[in-house]
Amino acid sequence: MNPQTLYEKLWQAHVVRQETDDTALLYIDRHLVHEVTSPQAFEGLRIARRPLWRVASILATTDHNTPTTDQDVIADPISRLQVSTLDDNCALYGINEFRMGDVRQGIVHVIGPEQGATLPGMTVVCGDSHTSTHGAFAALAMGIGTSEVEHVLATQTLLSRKAKTMQVVVEGALPQGVTAKDVALSIIGHMGTAGGTGYAIEFAGSTIRELSMEGRMTLCNMAIEAGARAGMIAVDDTTIHYLEGRPFAPKDALWTQAVTYWRTLVSDAGAVFDKVVTFNAAAIEPLVTWGTSPEMVVGVNARVPDPLKEADPTKREGIERALQYMNLTANMPISDIVIDKVFIGSCTNSRIEDLRSAAAVLKGRHVAANITQALVVPGSGLVKLAAEAEGLDKIFMAAGFEWRNPGCSMCLGMNEDHLSPGERCASTSNRNFEGRQGPGGRTHLVSPQMAAAAAVAGHFVDVRTLLN
Amino acid sequence: MKKFTTLTGLVAPMDRANVDTDAIIPKQFLKSIRRTGFGPHLFDALRYLDEGQPEQDCSTRPINPDFVLNVARYQGAEILLTRENFGCGSSREHAPWALEDFGIRALIAPSFADIFYNNCFKNGVLPVVLPAAVVEQLFQAVAALPGYRLTIDLEKQTVVTTDGVSHSFAVDEFRKYCLLNGLDEIGLTLRHADDIRAYEVLRAQREPWLFGVSQ
Ligand code: SF4
Repeated sequence: MNPQTLYEKLWQAHVVRQETDDTALLYIDRHLVHEVTSPQAFEGLRIARRPLWRVASILATTDHNTPTTDQDVIADPISRLQVSTLDDNCALYGINEFRMGDVRQGIVHVIGPEQGATLPGMTVVCGDSHTSTHGAFAALAMGIGTSEVEHVLATQTLLSRKAKTMQVVVEGALPQGVTAKDVALSIIGHMGTAGGTGYAIEFAGSTIRELSMEGRMTLCNMAIEAGARAGMIAVDDTTIHYLEGRPFAPKDALWTQAVTYWRTLVSDAGAVFDKVVTFNAAAIEPLVTWGTSPEMVVGVNARVPDPLKEADPTKREGIERALQYMNLTANMPISDIVIDKVFIGSCTNSRIEDLRSAAAVLKGRHVAANITQALVVPGSGLVKLAAEAEGLDKIFMAAGFEWRNPGCSMCLGMNEDHLSPGERCASTSNRNFEGRQGPGGRTHLVSPQMAAAAAVAGHFVDVRTLLN
Repeated sequence: MKKFTTLTGLVAPMDRANVDTDAIIPKQFLKSIRRTGFGPHLFDALRYLDEGQPEQDCSTRPINPDFVLNVARYQGAEILLTRENFGCGSSREHAPWALEDFGIRALIAPSFADIFYNNCFKNGVLPVVLPAAVVEQLFQAVAALPGYRLTIDLEKQTVVTTDGVSHSFAVDEFRKYCLLNGLDEIGLTLRHADDIRAYEVLRAQREPWLFGVSQ
């Protein structure tokens, strides 16, 4: 047989029917559901009187609307209705749901892997673009819209077009103070937010092999910000060790059998990708986005770009508009950007390792006087407990951070946590679009360590100066 | 699903690249549990000068006179002309719901973000990809001629100008078939229920842990 890429293996294993040359009906193994993109899908099922195809494939949680302070009640009636609609749908159909107050509740992309509900070789879908996160486990994980959520609920399949394949190779040791987040931003900065459109990306190379599962999830999480349909990483010992003993992972003989199969979920030697891009880890710096798209990113020691140096008129206007929205001046040093708020959280950077790395910077330090709010929002109740067991909560609170309950929180501000107009935030989330964290709010994407460093300094600063 | 066959409509130019789904329909409107009623909030933050709230009456809100869809000559536009990577960002189907509810039936751009592109087909909105140079010509034509209209023919896969210039575009066969006929994809797929069941039997033998009790 011809050598195959990981994507081709995953694709082939899930084809139920070939529809046309490049479109197939794919079987879906795991369906993750949250409150925002599901109500209309359940309603559609009821109107058409269709049952669920395989209820055991579904895991649901509430995350986008959940308050991060007191979780007993949601003040906003519209948010409350959306959450209770999910609760009701799950109760009606017998779906396994981690509700508010359940220690397993959290951001859908954090809890899937944490529970072992995301396994290698699976197709994973969710009505959420950051489903690409789960590709870190050599799963084919894709974000879908609400019509497709309904389609998967009713048929356990998805009509899908085969993507082109891209291998993104990162080689070498990451410098101190440089994290998976910086790798992700660096790749997006080079490729652009449409650079991965039409592709399924496999991340490979020695840098990737050295990353923990948390780091791999951060990277795959942001594959969507490069426009890719999916991001993925081959199975290795790190994958297997992470999964062993997780509640939904197979046990005993089935575990052994599964591991044998999972070990084959790598791209074969000699497999051909439609495109290969290579990065040198040693050249990656701690990064900060300055604009309103994740591709608008530079090193912390660089300056805000000058639109006059951009020849392409559409791009130049884009830079000008971004500078205006962000209230920044061309050529100013990134380290002169003074911030108001700090947010450590989101499906990109709210796992235990993220919290540890931020706490390491904050230990024995305090947020600067100009910081009006600094939030830590763990990705799940279990991450929160684990962090508390290590005493990380104490470090954060001593440094002046608020220690919150799990959810999406200020990543997109559907709950009470958001920016006010004009406020500037150092955020570990994944999108810096206009108004993303609140109307008129200004978002700078950074790693958890860089967010912690910015909190301490009150402006962006190279975290390496604090680590030595 | 709504059919799309041919459309002759007024074109509105949105001269921006990377228009994201947060811009198309801001997050506060995602709290709705309905599929309809998003039209008044399409591009809410760009279209109005105040901050929009769900379930509010938009008729008395201060509008941004500079925003393209507020400009008199583009009232009633059914075709939105825009730049690269339209619809990037989240998977929210509220974005095509809002476009459709507003009255936009087709989009023309050099490229679209994957998930958004896909979501459009499920809602009777046709995203048309044309080469960047052609899109640039169309932008110039729209600016020059008030009342500029285009005809989009899905069957023939063409965009035709009023002076008869035709630009062809590519579209996936299966999506075209569903959109031309307004077909319910779930119903279509369920005709293959036996195939799905047969696949499950095979798969349960090969990867039995996926069908275990622990889930
Ligand atoms: S944390 Fe942010 S990006 Fe992730 S699922 Fe929640 S809202 Fe979406």
